[in-house]
Amino acid sequence: MRALVIAEHDNRHIKPATHATVTAALQLGGTVDILVAGTRCAAVADQAAKITGVGKVLLADDAVFAEFLAEPLSTLIVGLAEDYDALVAAASAAGKNIMPRVAAFLDVQQVSDVIAVVSPDTFVRPIYAGNALATVRSNDKKRVITARATAFEAATETGTAVIEAIPTVSDPGLSRFLERRVTESVRPELTSARVIVAGGRGIGSDSAFSLVSQLADILGGAVGASRAAVDAGFIPNDAQVGQTGKIVAPDLYIAVGISGAIQHLAGMKDSKVIVAINKDGDAPIFQIADYGLVADVFEAVPELIDSLNA
Amino acid sequence: MKVLVAVKRVVDYNVKIRIKADKSGVDTANLKMSMNPFDEIAVEEAIRWKEQGKANEVIVLSIGPQSAQDTLRTALAMGADRAILVKTDDEVQPLAVAKLIKAVAKTEAPDVILLGKQAIDDDSNQTGQMLAALLGWPQGTFVSSATPDENHRITVIREIDGGLETLSLVCPCVLTTDLRLNEPRYASLPNIMKAKKKPLDVTTPADLGVDTTPRLTLLKVEEPPTRKAGMIVGSVSELVEKLKNEAKVL
Ligand SMILES: Cc1cc2nc3c(=O)[nH]c(=O)nc-3n(C[C@H](O)[C@H](O)[C@H](O)COP(=O)(O)OP(=O)(O)OC[C@H]3O[C@@H](n4cnc5c(N)ncnc54)[C@H](O)[C@@H]3O)c2cc1C
Repeated sequence: MRALVIAEHDNRHIKPATHATVTAALQLGGTVDILVAGTRCAAVADQAAKITGVGKVLLADDAVFAEFLAEPLSTLIVGLAEDYDALVAAASAAGKNIMPRVAAFLDVQQVSDVIAVVSPDTFVRPIYAGNALATVRSNDKKRVITARATAFEAATETGTAVIEAIPTVSDPGLSRFLERRVTESVRPELTSARVIVAGGRGIGSDSAFSLVSQLADILGGAVGASRAAVDAGFIPNDAQVGQTGKIVAPDLYIAVGISGAIQHLAGMKDSKVIVAINKDGDAPIFQIADYGLVADVFEAVPELIDSLNA
Repeated sequence: MKVLVAVKRVVDYNVKIRIKADKSGVDTANLKMSMNPFDEIAVEEAIRWKEQGKANEVIVLSIGPQSAQDTLRTALAMGADRAILVKTDDEVQPLAVAKLIKAVAKTEAPDVILLGKQAIDDDSNQTGQMLAALLGWPQGTFVSSATPDENHRITVIREIDGGLETLSLVCPCVLTTDLRLNEPRYASLPNIMKAKKKPLDVTTPADLGVDTTPRLTLLKVEEPPTRKAGMIVGSVSELVEKLKNEAKVL
């Protein structure tokens, strides 16, 4: 079994999800190489080479990969697929965009969002917003997999893999990158934060949402949100936690003014400790919270901030 | 511009599903079924393009059992022009769905194919990307804005992990919708009546020459682990005390 992990990065830094993806790939029981495709991304290849368990780093350094467009990237990966039995990426927005395109070119039925590797061909994945766990066996000649980062330990960094430059591909010219608006934040990244404070519709306005950010800052945490809070414009889309947003599993998740719809729970119910603050004692969020406080956000959160500051 | 929209009939997002006692699957018998919410957004977008004069025909397509006709009728009532049902009682996995849509696209020759980014039952998030690959077309996934222009291109804004990304795609292309693209309309009663008379063609995977044999075998379906019951605290100070001394997360 030879697996190729697709590294996720921004041409400068490798994303932590890559380390978890390597762990998932190692559980397939064979060797693991890693692909770094980007532009002027030699530093990323160096970081990838340190990940424990990686045999070889394939570096495709070319302007065509600068913006990680699905069309040239999938062409590149398909070209490498012959040497591998499994292609593995994180179940992130980037992995979800690229891997099914790769799978279809290879005539493989992808296994999405894997949370456990049972054997080299059998995997567990959540369905119905995580309300059921399906165990599926792949009957294809190759595996194309996306792995849920929160379900696998991050691989450590004790490796010294060799880096091999590989040939690039030409741009099929199907899509053109125009712009990326990255939400600038000094806070930790949502999917790898140790603490998350998430706000919902109950916060009421974008100015009041600063209560959520203040609490996050005191705890050194990230800010998350329900779909309703994003739809209302309290906070940008990349903060959405849930079935169709980000999947998180921090040590501490504080849900403020969030009712606890199954679509939201799907994204955070694997957090170690869950705190819910909601004025409605019947809100479903209390059913999964370790500690529930039935209170008004505008009283409880300032008091919490004060007592943590004290 | 001709637009093809693929829609799936799924268990309604508000329904709590039950797992069969023998763990062979999810019991969907007698549950409320609806159009996959992301597909509803896709239908709405196509209809808006038509209302704005950017599209001249909106065709909706579903793959599934006879009852998937209800979902197609809903799309017709929202404003789609005609419908195609690829009728099958078998389980059809994303790769086979993509092959079936491709086969329909070969005869219909749409300029854009719109799909939801994921179906809320199997949560795979694959079909649109696979379809784009099979057709050799560009893909715009997780789209929260889509603007067709005169030059046969579409500018899309995509929701990505770090924020938003803008791409320009050449048509024909495949787009998959995210939640914030639009808010779907409800079909009015007169439109529901009118939809009953709109054309709905039925075909089959065999007619389209597509093998839909599942590539993944479902071995079992289980309940996720449940969390142990928590407690309600009486005050902020009690909460802080518990987090410090019991949970030890502060
Ligand atoms: C296809 C689909 C996908 C979806 N994906 C996601 C997803 O990924 N993530 C997600 O989060 N949702 C998702 N949703 C939406 C989900 O169904 C819920 O609508 C959403 O999570 C509700 O957000 P909320 O809890 O903030 O709002 P509400 O359900 O409106 O809850 C607000 C809560 O705030 C409380 N509150 C109000 N005022 C106060 C106050 N002053 N003090 C304290 N508490 C107060 C109320 O008691 C209430 O419980 C999806 C829905 C669909 C159909």
